[in-house]
Amino acid sequence: MASNGIADKVAIVGMGCTRFGERWEASTDDLLLEAVAECLTSASVAKDDVDAYWLGTLSSGQSGLTLSRPLALADKPVTRVENYCATGSESFRNACYAVASGAYDRVMAVGVEKLKDSGFSGLLRTDPPADGTAPELSLTAPAAFSLLDPAYCTRYGVDPDAMREAMTHVAWKNHVNGARNDKAQFRAEVSRDKIEQAPKVAGRLGVFDCSGVSDGAAAALIVRAEDAYDYTDRPIFVKALALAAGSMRGGLDPAYDFTTFPEVVAAARDAYAQAGITDPARELSLAEVHDCFTPTEIVLMEDLGFTERGQAWKDVLAGDFDSDGRLPVNVDGGLKSFGHPVGASGLRMLYESWLQLRGDAGPRQLADPRLALTHNLGGRPGGCVSFVAVVGNERS
Amino acid sequence: MSAGPDGSIGILSYASYLPVYRLDRDSGVRGPRVVASFDEDATTMAVEAARAALGEHAPGSVWWASTSPPYLDKTNAAAVHAALRLSPEAVAADLVGSARSTFAAVRGALGGGGLVVASDVRVGKPGSLDERAGADGAAAIVLGDGELIAEVLAIVGATEELLDRWREPSGVTGSQWEERFGFERYAALVRSTAARALDAAGLTEADHVVLTSGNAAVTKRAGTLVKGAKSTTGSPAGFLGAADPLLGLAAVLDVAGPDETVLVVSAVDGCDALVLRTTDLLPARRQPRPVSSQLEGGRAVPYTTYLAWRGLLDRELPRRPEPDRPAGPPSARGAGWKFGFAGSRCTGCGFVHLPPLRVCRRCGATDAMEDVAGAELTGTVATFTIDRLAYSPSPPVVDVVVDFDGPGGPAGRTSLEVADADPETVDVGARVDLVFRRLFTAGGVHNYFWKARVLSGQEES
Repeated sequence: MASNGIADKVAIVGMGCTRFGERWEASTDDLLLEAVAECLTSASVAKDDVDAYWLGTLSSGQSGLTLSRPLALADKPVTRVENYCATGSESFRNACYAVASGAYDRVMAVGVEKLKDSGFSGLLRTDPPADGTAPELSLTAPAAFSLLDPAYCTRYGVDPDAMREAMTHVAWKNHVNGARNDKAQFRAEVSRDKIEQAPKVAGRLGVFDCSGVSDGAAAALIVRAEDAYDYTDRPIFVKALALAAGSMRGGLDPAYDFTTFPEVVAAARDAYAQAGITDPARELSLAEVHDCFTPTEIVLMEDLGFTERGQAWKDVLAGDFDSDGRLPVNVDGGLKSFGHPVGASGLRMLYESWLQLRGDAGPRQLADPRLALTHNLGGRPGGCVSFVAVVGNERS
Repeated sequence: MSAGPDGSIGILSYASYLPVYRLDRDSGVRGPRVVASFDEDATTMAVEAARAALGEHAPGSVWWASTSPPYLDKTNAAAVHAALRLSPEAVAADLVGSARSTFAAVRGALGGGGLVVASDVRVGKPGSLDERAGADGAAAIVLGDGELIAEVLAIVGATEELLDRWREPSGVTGSQWEERFGFERYAALVRSTAARALDAAGLTEADHVVLTSGNAAVTKRAGTLVKGAKSTTGSPAGFLGAADPLLGLAAVLDVAGPDETVLVVSAVDGCDALVLRTTDLLPARRQPRPVSSQLEGGRAVPYTTYLAWRGLLDRELPRRPEPDRPAGPPSARGAGWKFGFAGSRCTGCGFVHLPPLRVCRRCGATDAMEDVAGAELTGTVATFTIDRLAYSPSPPVVDVVVDFDGPGGPAGRTSLEVADADPETVDVGARVDLVFRRLFTAGGVHNYFWKARVLSGQEES
């Protein structure tokens, strides 16, 4: 039960990412053009020189036409993919495989989501006709993820006030990071008091425990690793791509206790094996993880192997995952600061990894990073899809 | 006309269901006005009353009566039939319109036995007598032969065209002529019909008399119209529409002794009367919670909330889309789950799936499942949350993950909304059972499904 992986077979040689936010002035087409233009420019490649395109979007369009029309691509292979909140990463993953297979020389992965045209709060679902009994009908995402908090406290005997403090720290840290990122939706630090006193959305989750709702797009140009230096002197290499879709057993099985995402554990194990990583906490330079809600990030620190079970809340409070901590997590500000335009988020995480590994991250630049992890999860505790990638700036 | 009972068909069991909510005093209502929650209607309450009445009985027909049918052109009794998981051969039919439908249902079931269940949500204009003096709820009797708790001695009726109480089919609230007009006509009808009924039963008087009517003056003066030797009562909770005669009967059966006679009179566009004699089985087979106990306590609902529940006040809801209407084909394919809360159990490893699935989540076996009847299960809250963002006709939504009780520990888990949720009483470890509710209505389709209900310590023991 493992994958062979494509470590060091493909490289990213160009990327683009729009400013995320309530982009009332920009359409889906505008966002795509903005991200793709930056990506092509950074690699000095023309759109017609790209052999194939993958587009990830949850609900901002269907089919490859969503990309070929605004870009006026003439008869290129364009594939639209969707995999919940891992949609952007899924676009990237499939684009990488297309290059690794030898089918194409240059492939672009694009992700976009235009959420702010709906007029509603949070994410919308577009479900097939059903019998009206699915719990997702009534339980929103913040409510589903709020289940982690009491479960974690119960399992590990954590004082709820201490857990609240750790959740606050996650929000505070990610907003501190986002304040130093001019592409973030929210670019201001937020005080701990303000975080804790915000109106409640679900369970103990307040507004600042939830990622925002925003518009955005991002893109990556992928080529064979041996061709990478033809495009840039600082390519980044794909070390691992892993995906796990759960059987949704947790929602049906009294043995599941809502303190872990088994799908994340499985995807991480696969990714570390592909990348030859044995001690992720030590070997990774940074991690961009799916902080859709603050307790999610706490649990992810354990599921991704950054700390021991039951320890994450302490490590979070100790600043281990701050930008100056032992393993910076969401140094670009995360979903907390960027919001979560579903199709774009995974590629936005990769964009920060690209900047950091090339030394282009400006005020956020970490010292000598070598390996970065990006992670998404889509679904909810008890049943989700999870994506884990590892990229590095050296080809071994 | 009198129908001569053959003595073999009688009452096997009975039960009533009264919702937990009571109108708050800021509405100007005196006393406890029993009101259905936003997710209850004449179908869901009928299911609750019928579940309590059925026990081991498996009636061959369902006669559902109501003045507030959730659907027209579609048989509401079919959803009741599905929720009770009765035999496909059992015929289920609606008798809707006036409160008189209940007696028609009884007459139908007397033909060969069956379940009679009457249920109503009575809505009055804000500030009206109907609002103050009405009630919401349901009551059921199972008729058949065998171990009777009451024999049927006689059933008689009379009809008179009368503009006392009426409502256009599209109207939420109805109208009534001057009460004294209806009273004058009904007084004569009640006296004559009761006399005919007692005569047909070979009695000069009944031990207990229940007299119900949509005309409040009639029930108010019950004692002067027809008197019982031991008790004379009207509506136990306020006028409950079609459910009123059966609720009144249930309240009498809660307390009557063996070998006592009961006269049930209903004055609606004429008059109906039923005469019963209780048997010595009654004291051991009363409903688990008597009407008097169902009337006690309750939870106050603010008046503005109540008005919003009934669609009489349009409130701002969370900025979320309304849900899609339930689709016909998936609802039909999944009827066992949606209406009957039936899951599947792996015959290989015993893992319980709620909803039913074809591939076992534990051992991976495919199509090795047996049916699990889930509706009567109890369980424990594994975790819960209060969702202030979710769409609901009455936010916030309280959701629980329930682990159901199995023979050797928890068996089966699912996530459910909490019915009649009091966030204060929901906690990890809380004990719950299941109730049939209407989650929401979208595109004119009612979304019926089950919710968890937190059990009080008393119910749990």
